[in-house]
Amino acid sequence: MGTRGYRYKTSHSLSGPGDGGKTGSWRIQRPVIDLERCTPARRGTEVCFICWLYCPDSVISRTIPPVIDYEYCKGCGICAEECPTKAITMIDEADAYQDDEGLQACSTEGPRPCT
Amino acid sequence: MHIIEDGNAAAALGVKLAGAQVIAAYPITPQTPLTEKLSEFIESGEMKAQYVPVESEHSALAACIAASSTGARAFTATSANGLLYMHEQIHWAAGARLPIVMCVVNRAVGAPWNIWNDHQDSISQRDTGWIQMYACDHQQIIDGVLKAFALAEAVSIPVMLCYDGYLLSHTYMPFEVPEEEKIARFLKPFAPAYALDPDDPANLNTVTLPDVRVDVNGETAHGYMEIRYLLQEDHRAALTVAQEIEDRFTEVFGRGDDALLEPYRCEDAEYVVVGLGSLTYQLHDVVDTLRAEGFKIGVLGVRLYRPFPSEALAEALTGVQEVIVIEKALSYGYEGALCSDLKAALCGRQPTVTGMIAGIGGREIRTADLTDTLRAHVRGAPDEDPGWIGIRL
Amino acid sequence: MIEIRWHGRGGQGAITAAKIFATAAFKAGYTGVTMAPTFGTERRGAPVFTSLKIAREKIYDISPIETPDIVVVLDHLILAEVDVTAGLRSGGLVVLNTPKPLVAYDFGPARLAVADITGLSVEAGLPQGRVNSGIIGSLCRAFDTVPFELVLAEIEDEFKTKKPQANVQAARLAYEKTVVGDA
Repeated sequence: MGTRGYRYKTSHSLSGPGDGGKTGSWRIQRPVIDLERCTPARRGTEVCFICWLYCPDSVISRTIPPVIDYEYCKGCGICAEECPTKAITMIDEADAYQDDEGLQACSTEGPRPCT
Repeated sequence: MHIIEDGNAAAALGVKLAGAQVIAAYPITPQTPLTEKLSEFIESGEMKAQYVPVESEHSALAACIAASSTGARAFTATSANGLLYMHEQIHWAAGARLPIVMCVVNRAVGAPWNIWNDHQDSISQRDTGWIQMYACDHQQIIDGVLKAFALAEAVSIPVMLCYDGYLLSHTYMPFEVPEEEKIARFLKPFAPAYALDPDDPANLNTVTLPDVRVDVNGETAHGYMEIRYLLQEDHRAALTVAQEIEDRFTEVFGRGDDALLEPYRCEDAEYVVVGLGSLTYQLHDVVDTLRAEGFKIGVLGVRLYRPFPSEALAEALTGVQEVIVIEKALSYGYEGALCSDLKAALCGRQPTVTGMIAGIGGREIRTADLTDTLRAHVRGAPDEDPGWIGIRL
Repeated sequence: MIEIRWHGRGGQGAITAAKIFATAAFKAGYTGVTMAPTFGTERRGAPVFTSLKIAREKIYDISPIETPDIVVVLDHLILAEVDVTAGLRSGGLVVLNTPKPLVAYDFGPARLAVADITGLSVEAGLPQGRVNSGIIGSLCRAFDTVPFELVLAEIEDEFKTKKPQANVQAARLAYEKTVVGDA
């Protein structure tokens, strides 16, 4: 009759893939980081990471440079809004899909092409 | 005229047609589309009312209390934690005997956070002194708003019209929109027994002593206990008034039936399932299936939960072998509140009462599961059955 | 009772499409109509579905459809994410918006109807991605139960402030161009 440990008597969720499945397919726009303007990328030191902090789905890594996991990024745009150096811009998913040149990129990254 | 809309739209149309004059509400899922619709009606001039934007549900009901005290027809709506945030004002509105109408779009209460349907929110408010009606479909929502205002104003007690979040609030189905000329015959303009008047100032519901007192006119005024006794007296009388209003509604609109209970195939039933809201309509199909298999079973929907139709229930269930109550809420530490209420109403009578829980936090109640559970139960269910339909522990 | 499940993405208009069809069905004499969307997770771009039941009598059971007679798919890319034929009755119908031909798909014993609704809708004068009027045309072609003229009137009424004629034209084009396969 199931576990009765305290941990399971409340609802815990940790950052990572969630109930929505591969939520990257929901995206209408995708965030793209301009490394010329991104503070940690430019300085090569562990600073800023505002995008990592604000991402509601924890899909941006705390690395140099920060990397966005497009398999789960829903394209909400909060990172682009919060980035203090305006290094992140939201581009139309349809354009991103064309830039990716082909279906392979589509199937691994899950963008929504405009058919 | 019939239209196809969702349950929130049915409620909003009902409030507009009832001529509510003051709306104060704070948005919360799944109630939000209802208040949005009302603010659109007012903004476009389609509805002549004052919309009071507020910063919380507590303020929403406070604004309705103030508006109703001045003699305005007031309406609010909420769900779940929003309803709980109102709690202190909910008691106040009933004690102040203000005929406010509130739609409760039933939703589970956190924690854990959950936006889906069950009845824990409104059931937890059953002892506040409000009348509680439960709707099973959109016709009962839109007609229910009109009946709720009529009842509230007739007995000076506020009314909650409860309907299932998502299952009704976001589901589309056809319903008939009451005609305005018939509404004018059914629901007269609000004529308050007392209204605040700046030219004749008074304090309402200030400190009231435990004992009776002599007022400024030298007359004996009630103490707190007498005032509360009269709330109870009028609540019980509201059972009769609700049926009178239902009869008047039927006379004007040609639809409506029983204000208290809604039986289906109960005539010769050995087993009767009792519940609240849309679940009781889903049970119609379950009863049809089980009847076809030879089981003598029926379903009885409780449309008016407070005041509790104890006598009508006892009468309706006399001769029945067993009553099975299926609820979407419970009094933690004991059992479902409706089950306890029903046991009390049937005390000393024939039917045994069994309680079951279903659909907590929006857990889907599959019609096949309901059928299987009830079939197994009437055949003699195994002892280890937890009584929670669909539990997957 | 006829059970139709509509698959689309949040914001694509699957609910509106189902509502238009439901209203036309009601006017055609189906007094029992209920339409229940995916509850609570209608996020833009997320896969969603809507359950539509139509019957000659009032419907009391509003629980979601488990064994649809028909599934309508507004976006062929959803096929990679969602098992749209789950529970589909044998001999059921799949109505699919896709630029690909019938032969590109195999839905087993189900009948398939396809049309490039996305392209046809643009041809009819609608903005890119507005497919919910067109898909109703395809459904009416493959499932001849509700008079098409009644459905067109409902489309015009629903979109009376948003290019009603283009929406009607999209449904007409889709009705004409839909290819229906054999089971």
